[in-house]
Amino acid sequence: MAQYTQLGLQDAASPLMEELLHFHDHALMIITLISAFVLYIILTMVTAKTTDKYILDSQEVEIIWTVLPAIILVLIALPSLRILYLLDEINDPHLTIKAMGHQWYWSYEYTDYEDLGFDSYMVPTQDLTPGQFRLLEADHRMVIPVESPIRVLVSAEDVLHSWAVPSLGVKMDAVPGRLNQVAFVASRPGVFFGQCSEICGANHSFMPIVVEAVPLEHFENWSSLMLEDA
Amino acid sequence: MSEAVEEKLKNYRTAPFDARFPNTNQTRNCFQNYLDFHRCNKALSGKDQDTAPCQWYQRVYKSLCPMSWVQKWDDQLEAGNFPGKI
Repeated sequence: MAQYTQLGLQDAASPLMEELLHFHDHALMIITLISAFVLYIILTMVTAKTTDKYILDSQEVEIIWTVLPAIILVLIALPSLRILYLLDEINDPHLTIKAMGHQWYWSYEYTDYEDLGFDSYMVPTQDLTPGQFRLLEADHRMVIPVESPIRVLVSAEDVLHSWAVPSLGVKMDAVPGRLNQVAFVASRPGVFFGQCSEICGANHSFMPIVVEAVPLEHFENWSSLMLEDA
Repeated sequence: MSEAVEEKLKNYRTAPFDARFPNTNQTRNCFQNYLDFHRCNKALSGKDQDTAPCQWYQRVYKSLCPMSWVQKWDDQLEAGNFPGKI
């Protein structure tokens, strides 16, 4: 989950998010170094006692400060394009789940074998137990098997919503009448949080997404239990 | 039912990648399989053949389509005002 003073992205829980995270840190390091360097030059120039008389014909430094930025840009562009194409790889999912946005909750449907559907409402702040996260917990989590390619089809039953889980590197708009596909693999077991990412009315901030990745046998037990309860 | 179709149905996990719908928008994928299921049923039962191969389309549309959409379309079919051509 997100934390108050975090500097970077949340810990990755999927291979694609790992790539995005490393790229983000790589690009951020480059721009931080450039900004620090430029700041240093500005401060040096502003506080210098001498003035530079020679403002013409500096062929060498002109070449350096043209070629070096071009090289830096290539070093940013190449990993960026690699990730861009990685995101569009063809997937072979093991499981399809539908995430339907409503005002103001999500509902999940697992219909590959039986018809399993349930709603997922935020746990109100006064009902939280110690250790739970305010505005992030939900009464029913979307449980998935770990290390399995999952296809999530996102849609909405009323207005625009958006289904996002940052640690899985996933965000997809929920549009009424449209079925948007997003795929991912949870590389480790855990509980991953997200929040609705498209303004959808009064309780837009209070319809979180909770994904729980568990070993396959646990997932099968959970889905049998859910079907019995339904 | 042919062996190949039986094999495919037996090993069904979820709707496989369909090259006709390679992009993010899978709306048509869902609708097309729903149409194909009903067209397959109509065609095969019209010729007095076993409609078991049509189960493939049913499994795919059940995987892909939201339950509320399927319910609505089933109600429309029953009422005779389904917008698609079966």
